[in-house]
Amino acid sequence: MSDTLRRTPLHALHLELGAKMVPFAGYDMPVQYPLGVMKEHLHTRAAAGLFDVSHMGQVIVRAEGGYDAAALTLEALVPVDILGLGEGRQRYGVFTNEAGGIGDDLMIAHRDDHLFVVVNAACKEADIAHMRAGMPGCEVEEITDRALLALQGPRAEAVLSALVPDVRNMRFMDVAVLDSDYGELWISRSGYTGEDGFEVSVANENAEALARALLANDEVEPIGLGARDSLRLEAGLCLYGHDIDSTTTPVEAALAWAIQKLRRNGGARAGGFPGADVVLEQLESGASRRRVGLRPEGRAPMREGTELYAREEGGAPLGRVTSGAFGPTIGAPMSMGYVPSEMAETGTMLYGEVRGKRMPVKVAKMPFTPANFKR
Amino acid sequence: MKFTEEHEWLRADGDVVAVGITEHASEQLGDVVFVELPEVGTQVTKGDDIVVIESVKAASDILAPVDGEIIEINETLADDPGKVNSDPLGEAWFFKIKASDPSQMDEYMDEDAYKDFIG
Repeated sequence: MSDTLRRTPLHALHLELGAKMVPFAGYDMPVQYPLGVMKEHLHTRAAAGLFDVSHMGQVIVRAEGGYDAAALTLEALVPVDILGLGEGRQRYGVFTNEAGGIGDDLMIAHRDDHLFVVVNAACKEADIAHMRAGMPGCEVEEITDRALLALQGPRAEAVLSALVPDVRNMRFMDVAVLDSDYGELWISRSGYTGEDGFEVSVANENAEALARALLANDEVEPIGLGARDSLRLEAGLCLYGHDIDSTTTPVEAALAWAIQKLRRNGGARAGGFPGADVVLEQLESGASRRRVGLRPEGRAPMREGTELYAREEGGAPLGRVTSGAFGPTIGAPMSMGYVPSEMAETGTMLYGEVRGKRMPVKVAKMPFTPANFKR
Repeated sequence: MKFTEEHEWLRADGDVVAVGITEHASEQLGDVVFVELPEVGTQVTKGDDIVVIESVKAASDILAPVDGEIIEINETLADDPGKVNSDPLGEAWFFKIKASDPSQMDEYMDEDAYKDFIG
């Protein structure tokens, strides 16, 4: 490991825009721009925000037998129906480990005769090694010559379609390879904010020109990691290493929706992924704990690590907060965390210990803000 | 006006000291979303944590600059914590403390010294 932080192709642009830079997953990344976290968040929900997510891992997986062979091989690592994914479509999934825990979460796309996978920055080396070891007969290629931009928000379609008209024809979770003035773009209609929007993979040498063209639109502001985190939390989306990790199973993490029937007991391709015995059993009988949304009653945020109790006094902690912040759109604090399954029902009153005081907090439905996807 | 190394400003009027945070501190904190104030009548000792400020990034404290009694708090900050960013030196004072030993104020920096301190 080098001590030197890596830079994305947009690094100079971030500095020019006045970003405050922080180390993140080995990269020097913008945490906020002069607008500030709160306004960046609100702008994304009102118009469109541009995010540099080039630190994430982009991977192409090919097999001699074409898409089906690659898909079936990846199914040995991920409890998702990948063979049944239509061409030009994308799906969310997780890598599981032998204990049924989550090694990372990822986006899996069916593109032409191959898979295109996007994984978290902090996990990408491990994920690629895991795929190379666990997908015999497949070629696992890390794409290092392309940046990744996300354009998110209700005006994202209007803004991007001015440069790439065909994105209008895409629905939520569609993927497409489209030509543009910025070279070939690999586009998905998805993101990490709960808003409609796109993730755009662009050749490194064209990334800054594309970013500048998007930012030239009055509707677009650059958005840093700070607002990216509050946006995804309001949308109820997990952050790997916080809300999900190698000790949380997909069932505990309330991600059972990502495991199609076909991979469950009785399904045509049931099991066959690491930790399947644990995960399939939990799908039938439930897990002892569950990830839930939490809404503190007061204004004080309950941040990661806050311990949760059943009562205002006494007793041992029964769970803990895994992410917590103030939600600019809901105008209130919000958290997610794990609680015993019998306390996971919406409306259950719990107490979070903040600075030695137990403060009331209610189990709440997620997302905290309604999703705004173009289905 | 005097300044502490914790980036608080102190405005003395006789033995009553109003306390806020500097522009520098407010910029470093980012958008403030929650302020927890002490109760009026609380006796505090210099160095006690008496205010909690939560920003979009993290929680931080304000310390009592002198020994004394809290005689007034700025309750408007509970409803509008954003004032700490928009007007840190004016409307966003946090509390007023009646100093039991006003000479404790002598150790704090004047404006020039504070400017040097933050570089």
